[in-house]
Amino acid sequence: MNSVTMAADKDVQWKDSLTTESPLVRRLLIAAVFFYLTLFLFIPLAAVFAEALQGGLAAYVESFLNEDALAAIRLTLLVAAVAVPLNALFGVAAAWAIAKFDFVGKQVLITLIDMPLAVSPVISGLIYVLLFGAQGWLGPWLAEHDITILFALPGIVLATIFVTVPFVARELIPLMQSQGREEEEAAITLGASGWQMFMRVTLPNIKWSLLYGVILCNARAMGEFGAVSVVSGHIRGLTNTMPLHVEILYNEYNAVSAFAVASLLTLLAIVTLAAKAIVERNTHSPTIVTDPTSAVQAGSIR
Amino acid sequence: MSIQVDHVTKRFGAFTVLNDVSLHVQEGELVALLGPSGCGKTTLLRILAGLERPDDGRIFLHGAEVTDQRISERRVGFVFQHYALFRHMTVADNVAFGLTVLPRAQRPSTTRIQEKVRELLGLVQLQAMADRYPSQLSGGQRQRVALARALAVEPKLLLLDEPFGALDAKVRKELRRWLRRLHDELHITGILVTHDQEEALEVADRVVVMHQGNVEQIGTPDEVYEHPANPFVYRFLGDVNVFHGRVSEARAAVQGNPEEASAGLADGVEEHEVTFVRPHDLELNRSRTNPDQFEATVRYVLSAGSRVRLELIVQSSAQTIEVELTKERYRELDLREGEVVFVHPRHRQVFTIPQS
Amino acid sequence: MSLLLKQPSVLPGFGLTLGFAMFYFSVIVLIPLSGLFVKTSMLSWEQFWDIITNSRAVASYRLTFGASLVGALINGLFGSIIAWVLVRYRFPGRALVDALVDLPFALPTAVAGITLAAIYSSNGWIGRYLEPLGIKIAFTPLGVLVALTFIGLPFVVRTVQPVLQDLDKEVEEAATTLGADRWQTFRAVIVPELWPALLTGMAMAFARAVGEYGSVIFIAGNMPLKSEITPLLIMTKLEQYDYSGATALGVVMLAASFVLALIINLLQWWSTARHMNQ
Repeated sequence: MNSVTMAADKDVQWKDSLTTESPLVRRLLIAAVFFYLTLFLFIPLAAVFAEALQGGLAAYVESFLNEDALAAIRLTLLVAAVAVPLNALFGVAAAWAIAKFDFVGKQVLITLIDMPLAVSPVISGLIYVLLFGAQGWLGPWLAEHDITILFALPGIVLATIFVTVPFVARELIPLMQSQGREEEEAAITLGASGWQMFMRVTLPNIKWSLLYGVILCNARAMGEFGAVSVVSGHIRGLTNTMPLHVEILYNEYNAVSAFAVASLLTLLAIVTLAAKAIVERNTHSPTIVTDPTSAVQAGSIR
Repeated sequence: MSIQVDHVTKRFGAFTVLNDVSLHVQEGELVALLGPSGCGKTTLLRILAGLERPDDGRIFLHGAEVTDQRISERRVGFVFQHYALFRHMTVADNVAFGLTVLPRAQRPSTTRIQEKVRELLGLVQLQAMADRYPSQLSGGQRQRVALARALAVEPKLLLLDEPFGALDAKVRKELRRWLRRLHDELHITGILVTHDQEEALEVADRVVVMHQGNVEQIGTPDEVYEHPANPFVYRFLGDVNVFHGRVSEARAAVQGNPEEASAGLADGVEEHEVTFVRPHDLELNRSRTNPDQFEATVRYVLSAGSRVRLELIVQSSAQTIEVELTKERYRELDLREGEVVFVHPRHRQVFTIPQS
Repeated sequence: MSLLLKQPSVLPGFGLTLGFAMFYFSVIVLIPLSGLFVKTSMLSWEQFWDIITNSRAVASYRLTFGASLVGALINGLFGSIIAWVLVRYRFPGRALVDALVDLPFALPTAVAGITLAAIYSSNGWIGRYLEPLGIKIAFTPLGVLVALTFIGLPFVVRTVQPVLQDLDKEVEEAATTLGADRWQTFRAVIVPELWPALLTGMAMAFARAVGEYGSVIFIAGNMPLKSEITPLLIMTKLEQYDYSGATALGVVMLAASFVLALIINLLQWWSTARHMNQ
């Protein structure tokens, strides 16, 4: 062993004693992480695609091209197309009121907004059954006027909205609170109208988080299973969304088709995670300083 | 415990933070490492503590080399700029921490630890705060807790990293007098990092002025203030008026010998000669009283505070200079903005600056 | 609306945005949710009590809450390790791990359900190696645990990670200069800082698991009294048009969710209050 590597070794040992662990502990911890994530993340992720492609590429593609699958995809897209914009609008409105104003009951509202996340999806569906079902409050009146909500598109949309209400608001509220109100106040004092202020000051400041909120909301809207399962009635070709279609195929022992449709939903999840990574890079990276020399430079900027 | 720093170099990536630094500190001394941010003073302190390792060079504590010794074996007390108190522990628990983590065989009994904590809190005048949490203390109190905590393990060497940097001016002033008294009582070898020249000059036995990883000057506060080794030290230790060689008339006047100045200009070396004069070393008169004087116009008078500051424009060169007068002298002169005065330096220092 | 304002503001849109948000949220969430309580109030106390203490219901609580708790504990341990490794170490694949941790949050539960069922069944990728050891996971209560552990995975990581990131390096250095070794520093200085976040993350994972439906039903086997979770029991009652039964159990679940949400809020308040101090 030459002196250079000895010096390097000494340095490693020396550093280790300070603010990090010994290499052995470090490697063990990293190994534990990979072991755990292999069991619960990597293998399931690989398995979705492996199972979907078991019958070959032709069978995989065939799984989407039949009438029922296409109907499920169409319905899922339609539900998301209604639910996501509405929830985005709600998210921006709620975040604006909460982040920029001090009002009575604000803390209660913040807590309430998270509530749909705490409620079991089955209960989210159940409450609409109680409201719109044949024995429900509005059931008789709806039947009289020949309006169907339950076991039809409106019910599915409502249940989906319920489950995904908080996502955009949750992304925006902490961000807008931390941004404060000075920039908007400046815009107003400079003579901007409310709309100009929103479009030219507020929106540019929140666009990345808004985008991520929308993407996350969309992923959950397209993937919602429990709540939709309760209100859909499982009518094939009519009220089956993609997750429900996956269930039916799986219960019919049509594993290849079930996993094929599931793989589409998995891709959606992966796209969502990628979007998150991109948004995080766009919103946080300028503040991350690892190199001490750049810390000196950054110090003068901040 | 004496400290010997021997040709220490430290790099972070391509950036050299410490460049061949050597330093000797005697037992019982309190030394200040003084310099602007980024000069390497904190890195040197962290190397002494064992928080960083030098790339080159060696460290001796009390004659024994400790370059590769672990931090826990060095017995140094370290006080951080932002206190680094354990916020979930009471003041007493914070102070006791270093004793409670000793190996069981060396650990004092619980009652002995409590006694010791009481003593230390008495020393930093915080007996009443023992059961409070750090968040319930003021900044100055927190820093005193941090100091008591560092002293609990009876270090042979006390290292203080900008200990008063995060405090407001008044508390800072109080604390540094107090630190000086504490040091006189305990006689523990101490090194203090600061970017505040007033603090360094007031507290330390000796001052080490650092700049861009190099030691610029080492000396007592009087030495470095009265005889700065180079323009950097001169500038860093206080306000200064700079007269460049090319500004011939004013500079020549300051130098007091116009012939010498023109001779210098002829051979082209003196272009890099620079004269430094502190604002309070400039003497003002209403009439010409000696041949060294040059004329200047009063532009502003700032009379608030214990001393009066004037901004003057040198007539020959249009250079702006700053002068500091006592209130009495200012009243005697009875100066107004726009009036012309005669200026000459009581003290000055000329440096030859190498070609840039 | 402006009457609610604690202080006037030059910014526009308060009435409009708050009005819309409250209207929307009431229609979508509050009014339908209150229907659950109205419906329950139509039951007599005895009826209600009988439904919610029926042996099948009690067995389902035991499984749901028990498996959720164990899952939260497993995630408490591994989630902390993941957060630690992600913040403190640099290793190949780190960015990928960091991004994938959120997968259980983004993946539709039905997909998670069929996938876990497939790999943990006796001929699946993992199940086939456990079968000879006498361990059956799919279609047993253990399957419920696997599914609930999976869906709770991101919570502890994502609550502990930012706290660890913000942890002042100086505090650890201070402990070291005072003579503490690595383990002492970890126990006395780092753990107390992480503790509130860790508890919050575990409570969140637990709350999420208690209500979970989609990922569990495929792997659980769904045998009454043995491997049937409470949300599935509600579903079964609904399919039998037993709305009262479903509602009563729904109220129990909802009450549990509220209590958990309250605990999580308190924990979060506790941890931020501690952070505000310095």
